[in-house]
Amino acid sequence: MDINYTPEDEIFRADVQEFLAAELPKDLSDKVKAGQKLDGEDFMRWQRILGKKGWLAPRWPQEHGGCGWTAMQVNIYDEEAYVAGAPRVLPFGVNMVGPVIIEFGNEAQKVQHLPGIVRGEVAWCQGFSEPGSGSDLASLKTSAVRDGDHYVVNGQKIWTSYAHFSDWMFCLVRTDPKAPKKQQGISFLLVDMKTPGITVRPIITFDGMHSVNEVFLENVRVPAENLVGEENKGWDYAKFLLGNERTGIAGVGGCKAEFQKLLEIARTEKKNGKPLIEDPLFAAKIARLEIDLRALELTNMRMLSGSGSGLNGAFPSVLKVKGTEVQQRIAELQMDAVGTHALPWQQAAMDPAWNGDTVGPDYAIPRMPAYIDRRKATIYGGTTEIQKTIISKALLG
Amino acid sequence: MNFNYSEEQSLISDSLSKLLSDNCGQEARKSLLSDDKDHDPAIWAALSDMGLLGLPIPEAYDGIGGSAVDTMVAAVEFGRHLAFEPFLASVVLGGSAIQLAGTAEQKQALLPGIADGSKKLAVALLEPEGRFDVGHVATRAIKEGTSYRLSGQKSAVIGAPSADLLIVSARTKGGTPTESDGLSLFLVRPDTDGVTLKTYRLADGRAGADIVLENVEVTSSDLLGSENQALDTIEHIADLGTSAFCAEALGALEKIIGLTTEYLKVRTQFGRPIGEFQALQHQLAEMMIDFEHARSLIYEAAMTADSTDAHVRKKAISAAKVFLGERGRAICQNAIQMHGGIGMTEDYELGDYVKRTLVTELAFGDVDHHLARYAGQL
Ligand SMILES: Cc1cc2nc3c(=O)[nH]c(=O)nc-3n(C[C@H](O)[C@H](O)[C@H](O)COP(=O)(O)OP(=O)(O)OC[C@H]3O[C@@H](n4cnc5c(N)ncnc54)[C@H](O)[C@@H]3O)c2cc1C
Repeated sequence: MDINYTPEDEIFRADVQEFLAAELPKDLSDKVKAGQKLDGEDFMRWQRILGKKGWLAPRWPQEHGGCGWTAMQVNIYDEEAYVAGAPRVLPFGVNMVGPVIIEFGNEAQKVQHLPGIVRGEVAWCQGFSEPGSGSDLASLKTSAVRDGDHYVVNGQKIWTSYAHFSDWMFCLVRTDPKAPKKQQGISFLLVDMKTPGITVRPIITFDGMHSVNEVFLENVRVPAENLVGEENKGWDYAKFLLGNERTGIAGVGGCKAEFQKLLEIARTEKKNGKPLIEDPLFAAKIARLEIDLRALELTNMRMLSGSGSGLNGAFPSVLKVKGTEVQQRIAELQMDAVGTHALPWQQAAMDPAWNGDTVGPDYAIPRMPAYIDRRKATIYGGTTEIQKTIISKALLG
Repeated sequence: MNFNYSEEQSLISDSLSKLLSDNCGQEARKSLLSDDKDHDPAIWAALSDMGLLGLPIPEAYDGIGGSAVDTMVAAVEFGRHLAFEPFLASVVLGGSAIQLAGTAEQKQALLPGIADGSKKLAVALLEPEGRFDVGHVATRAIKEGTSYRLSGQKSAVIGAPSADLLIVSARTKGGTPTESDGLSLFLVRPDTDGVTLKTYRLADGRAGADIVLENVEVTSSDLLGSENQALDTIEHIADLGTSAFCAEALGALEKIIGLTTEYLKVRTQFGRPIGEFQALQHQLAEMMIDFEHARSLIYEAAMTADSTDAHVRKKAISAAKVFLGERGRAICQNAIQMHGGIGMTEDYELGDYVKRTLVTELAFGDVDHHLARYAGQL
């Protein structure tokens, strides 16, 4: 065991810092640091820059354009990117559908889709959830009926993050409604969002933001060659994908950057004329949180470096639960740190186009919306309750 | 001991509940927001007709002469229905400021107008540098002959945008902002030269403002009560407001638990209502356990809010506020969690209730502020 970074790691960190200093556009990092709204083009612009450098897919094999980084390097990159204020890389292409195509897709699909993902040029969204099927994903109803060399898809997806600017959606559809178990009749389809019959309708969350959508599919004709793997085997691929999703969701790099922001706020805000961070009550809360964050970071490293645990398949769930709790706690303390400045609702000021008057320090503006927004983290990617069931099943059988 | 509503209190609760449920649903709130109105004048008029705007105001000044418990009963309904009307700002904070600090003439001049709704007040006690400490007053009032000149800043003043009159704390003596001696209260008309309101919506949609005072001239008749000794009164006003905020939260939290209970019965996953999963049953039970204990502390806060025994009052108010800040927040978080994605959406009312609770949790002091204040009374 050795907790220290090697000299090679330090060189790598310097390389990453140099790249970020040279290539991360300032207008983008300003937006990210100010907690302003990012639009689709903001995300994609950064992904294209990373793609050009060959740094978009750290965990992919090198033959498909991956970086071949070690777990430690992935972690270092993540930390530096967040600290520099890089937009987060949307996980749908690179961490979700990409690995599924690499693992289960055919040659033609690899040729068609992997380059666009790894170059950061094609935006993907995930069409799994449906109005009646959230935690019980396998009950999904959207149907795909084979008609010649097409599937005809009908149904509705919901909570589809970033569908409003995505080029493609990977989705789960029911191809065999008569299968003896509901998991057995599901297939994994790649759908071009420009196909006729697709309607995307925004859902506004109560922080005032738009990231999720409803997607209606009405007689959408999807070429049969867009089926990944075998018909009716989609559930297996989905499970593989969800494991990857949950790992990414711990978001250690993001937590560390947000924690730094919390420290900055606590050093700037005053209580009884002194920096808030010197208030013993607040300092104790920060200390507790930092301990949790350290535990998360180390556990993440243990998982990434393939160290064992008594949980095997459920290890990602362990990280998902803790990671999302830490994210929420950081957002909560950031809000509490700004005191009375949290009370004005200045959500409109988070739009870069806005030019009205604001009250309080700029860093206070996104705090309450961010607190609200983070509540989603213990819901998406499988709720905390579902993760706990997975963990206890791994133990109890 | 008696923890039940009296007959009069039940009447207040029922009639207010009826008025508000008929008139202030989510649609009504949305239209107020889009028209940039901070409340519905028709509801305000109805409240005035019912006599509710005079609830805590003595009968001698055309009020009802109710207690802080009566105020609590009303505030619970304002929270339960998410009403925007500035009852808390004008009647509770404004009314108590005049009653506690005002001279006989000032009471005569102002209280009847508050009670009939023709005058709306807002009370400005907090400052950007003072965090939640109402005793931190850097705003200065410098005496010049028979007038005073006020300069300073006030933050998070609920109800300020539509107020006819502001009550502002200022330092008439002393050096550092936290010196307890030398604080006074002033009546300030918002249209006076040198007063600037930066108006906004609070997170729950109600109107508020930060206020800048630059060399604002008022006369000695605008001094509210006596000079230099206002700290105790200021704390008492804030405590009365805090008690009412807690009561609003009680109404909002009750609604949150109601929405969640309903949802657990109707939402099915894995072929059954999610309320059949023990993990959720226990979370729901936890919410109710917290809620009932919050209710007890909030009742006590209301029962002591009128008290001039500052030690007893501060402990009770701070206890309720700490509990609300910790457990009320947890109730909100659990409610969102158990609703899944639906709980995150703007169209579903839960989010509005969560925001209302958040405002009540933070206004006039967060958990740390009140925990420290409580500890100071041990
Ligand atoms: C902001 C956001 C973004 C999202 N992005 C996407 C996306 O891009 N693509 C996509 O496909 N989906 C997405 N989702 C959907 C997400 O995966 C679902 O919301 C999630 O799986 C929960 O489903 P649900 O919302 O239907 O809640 P429900 O399944 O109805 O759950 C409600 C409550 O019941 C609990 N519960 C359910 N079953 C059990 C059980 N057996 N035992 C104990 N408790 C249980 C849950 O934990 C939860 O607390 C997103 C969701 C959100 C909020």
